[in-house]
Amino acid sequence: MLSDITIGQFFPGDTFLHRLDPRTKLITLIFFMVAIFAFHTFGIYAALTLFTVILVFSSNVPMGMILRSIKPILWILLFTFVIHVFSTPGDSLFRLWRFDATLEGIERGTFISLRLILLIVLASLLTFTTSPLKLTDAMEALLSPLKRFGVPAHELAMMMTIALRFVPTLIEETDRIMKAQESRGADFSEGSIVARVRAVVPILVPLFLSAFRRADDLALAMEARCYHGGEGRTQMKALCFHRLDVIAFLFTAVFLTVLTILSLQP
Amino acid sequence: MAIELQNVSYTYMANTPMERQALSGISLEIQEGSFTAIAGHTGSGKSTLLQHLNGLIHPTNGHVLVDGVDLQPKKKAERRRAKAAAQQVGMVFQYPEQQLFEETVAKDIAFGPQNLGLSEEEIEGRVREAMELMHLDYATFKDVSPFALSGGQMRRVAIAGMLALRPKYLVLDEPTAGLDPRGRRELTETITRLHREEHVTILFVSHNMDDIVRLADRVVVLSKGRLLAYDTPRRVFQQDVLLEEAGLQPPEAFQLAACLREAGIEIPVDTMREEEVVSRVLELFRGRRG
Repeated sequence: MLSDITIGQFFPGDTFLHRLDPRTKLITLIFFMVAIFAFHTFGIYAALTLFTVILVFSSNVPMGMILRSIKPILWILLFTFVIHVFSTPGDSLFRLWRFDATLEGIERGTFISLRLILLIVLASLLTFTTSPLKLTDAMEALLSPLKRFGVPAHELAMMMTIALRFVPTLIEETDRIMKAQESRGADFSEGSIVARVRAVVPILVPLFLSAFRRADDLALAMEARCYHGGEGRTQMKALCFHRLDVIAFLFTAVFLTVLTILSLQP
Repeated sequence: MAIELQNVSYTYMANTPMERQALSGISLEIQEGSFTAIAGHTGSGKSTLLQHLNGLIHPTNGHVLVDGVDLQPKKKAERRRAKAAAQQVGMVFQYPEQQLFEETVAKDIAFGPQNLGLSEEEIEGRVREAMELMHLDYATFKDVSPFALSGGQMRRVAIAGMLALRPKYLVLDEPTAGLDPRGRRELTETITRLHREEHVTILFVSHNMDDIVRLADRVVVLSKGRLLAYDTPRRVFQQDVLLEEAGLQPPEAFQLAACLREAGIEIPVDTMREEEVVSRVLELFRGRRG
């Protein structure tokens, strides 16, 4: 159960997706996400899907991991698909109680499901090929123009880094505490809802205590190294755009323009 | 009666890219009444092995039997029996004080017996008994918050929480880690007394080879998920090739004896304890003077 969480997992590698500047990846991802929502025709979806598949294969991320990233939304996919199949007006294929399944419904359902799958796969590709540290660096860099309007870009990025850093640690900790309480005869899988909620207390209290202790230690360690926020802080590995990034931006621009022109044609 | 491991293998995250074999083909039998140490480098599979002993995880291959009952029964009807057998094995994790959660010491220790569904009087009796076994005065500590105690005392409370379940076997993962020398000595004494007077079978993980020689009658040596040795500490620690493979250092007293031998002092090869070295040196010293 706990091992199903794939958020923040990173597969180190040396493919072009790994080498791209994280800012490039974030910006182009946003453009592609808008494109996925903006277009409606079959041909363009085929092109976008093909593009995603090529990216997946060139990323060297194990296929199993990609499939596992879709797993959590499987029920949502199924649900939206079924809703669309039965709620879209059109030629009736067959009748189930009071609802008609329509050909148009199947078409729309497939589109919506494909949309969701493409979104998840592209977003997962970003986190699979970008280390969390680089990702938050990119967020900070992209948000920093907003600093003038009082947006705490550095603080947000730092909070993000720390949160991501502690996800695996807290999962491990939860697992350990659960096992310790199980060894004392606690049972988390049986009993009424009230009993199950009460069974969580012996996990939550130690978990919070240790999280606070860790937070305290971390704050102390950061202050001991003279951390005082983002002002005047430089980076050891400063982000910098390369030729590859220029190519990626150009490619995205050309690709999306061609798709737009194609979709505008009757 | 014993805990038996029959050809136990365990793979983490099987059938994923992160697949990792933590134990492979481990067979051993831990007799009731023994005092067994488990030694091995970090990542040798010690913690994985321990978690098999009370059924927290089940082997990918092989069987774990406690007093002849398989902890992973094939039939549903045998599950109750397997659970009862697993409860014979008390598990004390590393830094067990981090699992405390109740408002008072007595309430925390009562958590285990409560889960067994015992009566109020029975629970109170067990809490009292467990606290006395861990050298915690019942009247003084029962209403104190466990978070107001010292590290060593908190650890005692946590171990008492396990003892209140009256396990026949007690498994401890590095019980003295992070304690000051005094807390370390006191806890070691308490554990030894549990073994000697209460006849609890003890299994403990330790990185301190001198502790192992002093306390254990058997030692399990693990390396990369394999069983390298299962014998008396005295015999195991004389095999330097084996220790090297396991990434372990022999006891300090043994190293000292080796140095003395090199310097020309006659001292037996199987000298393992500090006292043995001291008495041998004293003996030679007196002999020379006299």
